[in-house]
Amino acid sequence: MGKTGFMKLTAAALAALAIGATAVHAADDLNDPYRGPALESLKGKTIAYLPISIGFDLAQAWGGVVKTESERYGMKFTSQDPNWNTDAMAQGMTALIAEHPDVIVTQNPDMQSLARLMKQATAAGIVVVQLNMQGAVQTDAFVGPDFIAMGEQAANMMLEKCGSGTDTSHKVAIVQGVLTGGVSYYQVQGMMKVFNEHPEIQIVSSQAADWDASKARAITETALQQNPDMCGIIDVWDGQGIGTGAAIKQAGKQGQVYFITSGGGAQSMCNGLEDGTYSAAINYNAPGMGRDAWTAIMMALQNGQGAGAIKTQIYSPTRVMTKDDVQAGTCWDPEQYAKILR
Amino acid sequence: MDIGKAFRLLNQERIVFLLTVLLFVVFSLTLNNFLAAGNLLSLVRSVAVLGILGLGMLIVVLGRGIDLSLVATMAISVAWAMQLVSQGMPVYAAMTSGLLFALGIALITGILVAYAEIPPLFATLAMATFIYGFGRAHMITGTDVVYMPKDMGWIVELGQGHFLGLPMPIVVAAAMALVVFLFLKYTKLGAFIYAIGDNLPASRIGGISVRPMLALQYVISGGIAFVAGIITATSVEAMNTRVVNSNMIYDVILVVVLGGVGLSGGRGNVRNVIVGTLLIGVLMNGMTIMDVQYTIQNVIKSLILLLAIVVDSIVNPRDEQTGQQGDI
Repeated sequence: MGKTGFMKLTAAALAALAIGATAVHAADDLNDPYRGPALESLKGKTIAYLPISIGFDLAQAWGGVVKTESERYGMKFTSQDPNWNTDAMAQGMTALIAEHPDVIVTQNPDMQSLARLMKQATAAGIVVVQLNMQGAVQTDAFVGPDFIAMGEQAANMMLEKCGSGTDTSHKVAIVQGVLTGGVSYYQVQGMMKVFNEHPEIQIVSSQAADWDASKARAITETALQQNPDMCGIIDVWDGQGIGTGAAIKQAGKQGQVYFITSGGGAQSMCNGLEDGTYSAAINYNAPGMGRDAWTAIMMALQNGQGAGAIKTQIYSPTRVMTKDDVQAGTCWDPEQYAKILR
Repeated sequence: MDIGKAFRLLNQERIVFLLTVLLFVVFSLTLNNFLAAGNLLSLVRSVAVLGILGLGMLIVVLGRGIDLSLVATMAISVAWAMQLVSQGMPVYAAMTSGLLFALGIALITGILVAYAEIPPLFATLAMATFIYGFGRAHMITGTDVVYMPKDMGWIVELGQGHFLGLPMPIVVAAAMALVVFLFLKYTKLGAFIYAIGDNLPASRIGGISVRPMLALQYVISGGIAFVAGIITATSVEAMNTRVVNSNMIYDVILVVVLGGVGLSGGRGNVRNVIVGTLLIGVLMNGMTIMDVQYTIQNVIKSLILLLAIVVDSIVNPRDEQTGQQGDI
């Protein structure tokens, strides 16, 4: 073998070595060093889902999203349905604390009922995520709309239609949910803050319909009888608002009375906007809230600080929708999420 | 006629009727637009469903029973029927299925009471929970509010239509009241129901087939519940099954008892139910106009009931006979 031959061989060997090394280096590069620990922190953990009921569209969307994602990462997901019974819910929470899952995702029926139990759960090292309504204690995360701001937003929308700049009666009615329920109470608080600064607005009726569409229909029918020149109505929830809207329609006042409501954006909201039952709706996108809850869970499990160390209020983005915004697929199908939870 | 004698003429039905008239006059004088035709119609309309359910309760109570499963039957059967329509079943087939479900489940309740001899209070309480639980778990697969499908056809008119200027719920309630009145007053079966409620062993000795009659009462009330449900659902374009958790069933018992139907059976008629329903209607309407909060409305409603009962027990003190018949 000549000198040149040796050189060639060396060059080839060096080249091969270089290519090999690059290949080895490239394989190292493709392996995301952060994925492993993240997956490890999620894998095998348990999530317990305890809303006030699993039967309604919002809870189905929240739970459906969290369940789908948790299963993707090898976590165990359990759920309980207290069926609107606060006592059953408190019992369920007590039992959960004893079972000690890694995460509890819950929804407060009111400010106080679960406060002490949530504190216990956090002390026991369980990550607690609260949905839709903030209880009297702050835990790892609260996920839900800022209902006071939403009330203000609805009131400001109403001012545009019935305020001093308009040639209307300035008469507005409010249909509340349950007086003591936070979802209703805070929205009304926000509305009144705005309306109190606008004395031209006359609140002719502000009653609770108990989340019941039939009661909402009866109340609105009477309110419209009393005030045939009504300018606008705000209902704090679209599921109840369907009764309010039916009363407006049956009084032949669709178009005259501007009707604002709010909800999680299920298909029924789009249908209501389309057929004129609602004039405008503030959509807080329940599957989006499910995603926020899932994000909060991932953060709490990955940050390694332990339950309750980092507390965040995650306010849900909202979107105002009218008939013009409704297209196929704008709203979501609760049935699809109900199936996931079954 | 001396005052004492006039006082004796007051029974609970008359007391409640006088109370209704009194409230009506007071509201007419003090509230704007209370007397407007539109308001009076919405007054009656808002209690039409309550009145219809009251008729179902009346038939059962007359036979010395009580039906706590009325609201559950109403909500689940109609919600299921509407879900069937949205899943593509023809409206008639779906409605028939819903009605058959209501009748079938009521028949089971009736058999439990009549043949298994379970006290109606417990049988219907258990059935109410069963119907709701079974319905939510196996029949209504989506959310607990079932929205009315767009293609319901003329049935929508039952909740939203008008007949001779009257809203259809009022017309349906009046028609049902007439049918129940005729049934109780002029048919043999109606007479049997009174007889059984008055004295069950004597009716049996008298040759009435007591057990089938008892079962029939529940079947009728189940059918009435379905009609009430259709009116509710088509009025608000949705059936909220959560109504089962509400105090609606107590409102139904309230209008029946308030009107003067004896819970011990055998005493009462359609007129009692109408009087009780109207009092609640006038009261609720007046308070809604006055913008009284719902929780306070409940307090006032229960105070009125207590007042009626107290006055009744003062005016008509319990004697040995009523004492023996026993209450629920």
